Amino acid sequence: MNTKLLTAILLGSSVLCSAGAAFAQDATLTIESWRNDDLAIWQDKLIPAFEAKNPGIKVVFSPSAPTEYNAALNAKLDAGSAGDIITCRPFDASLDLYTKGKLADLTSLPGMENFSDVAKSAWTTDDGKATFCVPMASVIHGFIYNKDAFDKLGITPPATEEEFFAALDKIKADGTYIPMAMGTKDLWEAATMGYQNIGPNYWQGEEGRLALLKGEQKLTDAQWVEPYATLAKWKPYLGDGFEAQTYPDSQNLFTLGRAAIYPAGSWEISVFNTQAQFKMGAFPPPVRKAGDTCYISDHTDIGIGLNAASKNPDAAKTFLSWVASPEFAEIYANALPGFFSLNSTPVKMADPLAQEFVSWRDKCKSTIRSTYQILSRGTPNLENETWVESANVINGTDTPEVAAKKLQDGLDSWYKPAK
Amino acid sequence: MTATSANKRPFRWHIAIFLAPAVLVYTAIMIMPLFGTLQLALFRNVSQSQVFVGLDNFRTLFGDPNWSVNFWNALRNNVWFFIIHMLVQNPIGVVLAALLSSPKLRFSAFYRTAIFIPTILSFVIVGFAWKLILSPLWGVAPNLLDLIGLKSFFTPWLGKEEYALTTLGLISVWQFIGIPMMLIYAAMLSIPDEVIEAAECDGVTGMAQFWKIKLPLILPAIGIISILTFVGNFNAFDLIYSAQGALAGPNYSTDILGTFLYRAFFGFQLQVGDPNMGAAIATMMFLIILVGVCIYLFLIQTRLRRYQF
Amino acid sequence: MSRATNSFSRSAAAHAILIAYTIIALFPVFIIVINSFKSRNAIFRTPMAPPTAETFDLVGYRTVLAQGDFLQYFQNSFIVTVASLFFVLLFGAMAAFALSEYRFRGNKLMGLYLALGIMIPIRLGTVAILQLMVASGLVNTLAALILVYTAQGLPLAIFILAEFMSTVSDDLKNAGRIDGLSEYTIFFRLVLPLVRPAMATVAVFTMIPIWNDLWFPLILAPSEATKTITLGAQMFIGQYVTNWNAVLAALSLAILPVLILYLIFSRQLIRGITSGAVK
Repeated sequence: MNTKLLTAILLGSSVLCSAGAAFAQDATLTIESWRNDDLAIWQDKLIPAFEAKNPGIKVVFSPSAPTEYNAALNAKLDAGSAGDIITCRPFDASLDLYTKGKLADLTSLPGMENFSDVAKSAWTTDDGKATFCVPMASVIHGFIYNKDAFDKLGITPPATEEEFFAALDKIKADGTYIPMAMGTKDLWEAATMGYQNIGPNYWQGEEGRLALLKGEQKLTDAQWVEPYATLAKWKPYLGDGFEAQTYPDSQNLFTLGRAAIYPAGSWEISVFNTQAQFKMGAFPPPVRKAGDTCYISDHTDIGIGLNAASKNPDAAKTFLSWVASPEFAEIYANALPGFFSLNSTPVKMADPLAQEFVSWRDKCKSTIRSTYQILSRGTPNLENETWVESANVINGTDTPEVAAKKLQDGLDSWYKPAK
Repeated sequence: MTATSANKRPFRWHIAIFLAPAVLVYTAIMIMPLFGTLQLALFRNVSQSQVFVGLDNFRTLFGDPNWSVNFWNALRNNVWFFIIHMLVQNPIGVVLAALLSSPKLRFSAFYRTAIFIPTILSFVIVGFAWKLILSPLWGVAPNLLDLIGLKSFFTPWLGKEEYALTTLGLISVWQFIGIPMMLIYAAMLSIPDEVIEAAECDGVTGMAQFWKIKLPLILPAIGIISILTFVGNFNAFDLIYSAQGALAGPNYSTDILGTFLYRAFFGFQLQVGDPNMGAAIATMMFLIILVGVCIYLFLIQTRLRRYQF
Repeated sequence: MSRATNSFSRSAAAHAILIAYTIIALFPVFIIVINSFKSRNAIFRTPMAPPTAETFDLVGYRTVLAQGDFLQYFQNSFIVTVASLFFVLLFGAMAAFALSEYRFRGNKLMGLYLALGIMIPIRLGTVAILQLMVASGLVNTLAALILVYTAQGLPLAIFILAEFMSTVSDDLKNAGRIDGLSEYTIFFRLVLPLVRPAMATVAVFTMIPIWNDLWFPLILAPSEATKTITLGAQMFIGQYVTNWNAVLAALSLAILPVLILYLIFSRQLIRGITSGAVK
């Protein structure tokens, strides 16, 4: 036990102090991340590719569970035991770390020029002066469907809401499949896969989102309440006991072939590819009337930054510049279909489902989730409340109007838009 | 009287030596970090520096409906959570211990071992296992109810505002029943045989023996269990967190002080943690529990008669 | 004769209640374990059925064992739990003896001070504890966890042990004093053996939260070399949340060692309890 302890102590201290020593040639970089699903991809593909080009720098990918990531990371940053490279949540969580001096300014990092301002917006200060994380990927919302089921029932992917509900009715009448796989137990499914998925078609994407930020629109306005009214109509098409159906339940329900439509985020693609035994297709959120412009949520979701207290800032910057390169983008986007590169250089993707999702960028207008920028800075937190209220609306415990009023009242209590 | 006798004697080093290791480790690793955190309740972060604000955070906690509604909701839920434990867990624990301690019972080692097993499982396992069993998709619970002809009784309990908290309370009882059972079992075994024999000579047997002889003798143990349950319930967090997530849905119906504190202190998703408000909530939890423990220590414990054998 | 039937029906009722509760207690564990040996479709189609030749599938275990060193995790958990347990019991019993045996100024106050720790979740002190560990270079060591768990376990141990120690007969201790035994000998030789049942109970109480803790391993010792089994299992659940074969296998693997450990310990425990009772 003593030797065990001793080695543990030595190991621990070597991780902490490796770069502090002047004679250390090998710098070891530790990456903090919530993407524990990606462990294998980092270990087998990304890190070897980087290390082959940069001898002398070792990289360790050290993920924790998504639910504990923020709390654990903050504790480690405060105490000074966090890794060199920090995976960044979009917008305020990371902005907060930057203003506290925990994340380094990366505005002048070589490779940053590969990203547009929109791509960088999730990790840039309000005044646009400093960028503190390299954008890695965005995710697109839409619906994934069971192609075999659609073929069997003679349904084509719906383009309008009317067709959408007609398709759901047909699936329900047939009875073989649960029309739609979604639950409200985990709350965020209702908000993210529901409200933020179909909402942009109502509030017209960026136009509505920015108007909300400026205070010109309110969450109680028709374009923000109607998506809730539509969500409420989903209830009869969900599986039995959807109130206690968790996110993994929904995923299993769909991949086991028991449900026909899955309100999705593109990140599902890689999981579904390995688990589903049937052909899949995807369609964007149906528009309200034929001929309407379509809007999609193309949300900047993941970035990567530098711990300001890192002992290896130079090695870390080398690594981050590589993450900003088209080479990384290509490996990453293909290893994880559904996480779409934000790099300006177009990336070739092999996966057909991922190609389908990304093709919507050309025909629809993109926006990001309405609650992420600025509006979730205060108490009550708009994002959290949106989760709770979206679930309430689908469960039928709140009407769309009541839900919208609660959200707007909460927002009004602290948010004073600049006039 | 105590003081005078202490004064006459020389300083009793052995007392200090008995206390020292525990007090040192406990003070350095637990008390100092905890109070270092609790004092944050009196400060507020103003442009990256901590400014002393007195009781302002408490004023926000109780005066601002954005905080106070959640606080009272969490407190109410917590009280209900505690009531479930007192009404279900402890009586069942006493019954099981009484049955187990009857001297002629066969297989008692097996029962004892088996009933304690849920207690040794981690919250991760318990939360996940029950979510699976109660899942409407997987169908274990509906199937079971079907067996006894009560299929229509099934609802997605964890997803309904009116049932979720009670369901979680019962899961928690299921998990922790072993603790009151063991403590009372130990207390019952330490009742000397002579006492029981004397009772039997006087014709006091069966239920009467339990009520008149055993129960008074195990009252101190029941007292400890009640206070441990109280403290444990008002510090509870993990089960709700692993079963319902940090937002303690649906519609905050399972939010207890522990989950409320966690969200405030460490933040959640886009909500950035606020250590100052978190510390204010923690201070309130601490005061609630302190009051409870003081009531026990100074009012109940001193009145309980203790028997030395 | 009526007395005999009476006692028979009473013991039958006792068995019925105990068997019913045993089933309730074991059922969820049973469901998890049997399903971990089944194929994915069988898990969903027939959740209640034990694995048959057709549905038997070890794919979950293969996935879990291919990743992560569960033996190492188990060893870490074991070292941390046993070491913390030892310190909690030793230090806790000493302090409890001091509090229950001697009357001295500030006794009640000291008791209250030592009980403070059960009233605040130690999780709150995380940042300060982590800073302490960083300063002393103990991050990513098992020693950090042992220190924290010792501190965390002490209040409850003292609280319970003090209660039990006050039931130890004064005559016995005074007889010892008259025989010229030192206070240390009285404690170690006379009192400790008598409170063995309580010690065993406290041991189990202390062991469970330590073994099952997720938070401090995550914060203080998340490295591969120091990961505990609960943390390992949690990371698996996070990673394979939709892959129920792997999740159920990981859960079973996390249950198994505690179960074995408990079955071994429980014999000691019961022996401790009964030997304490038969004086």
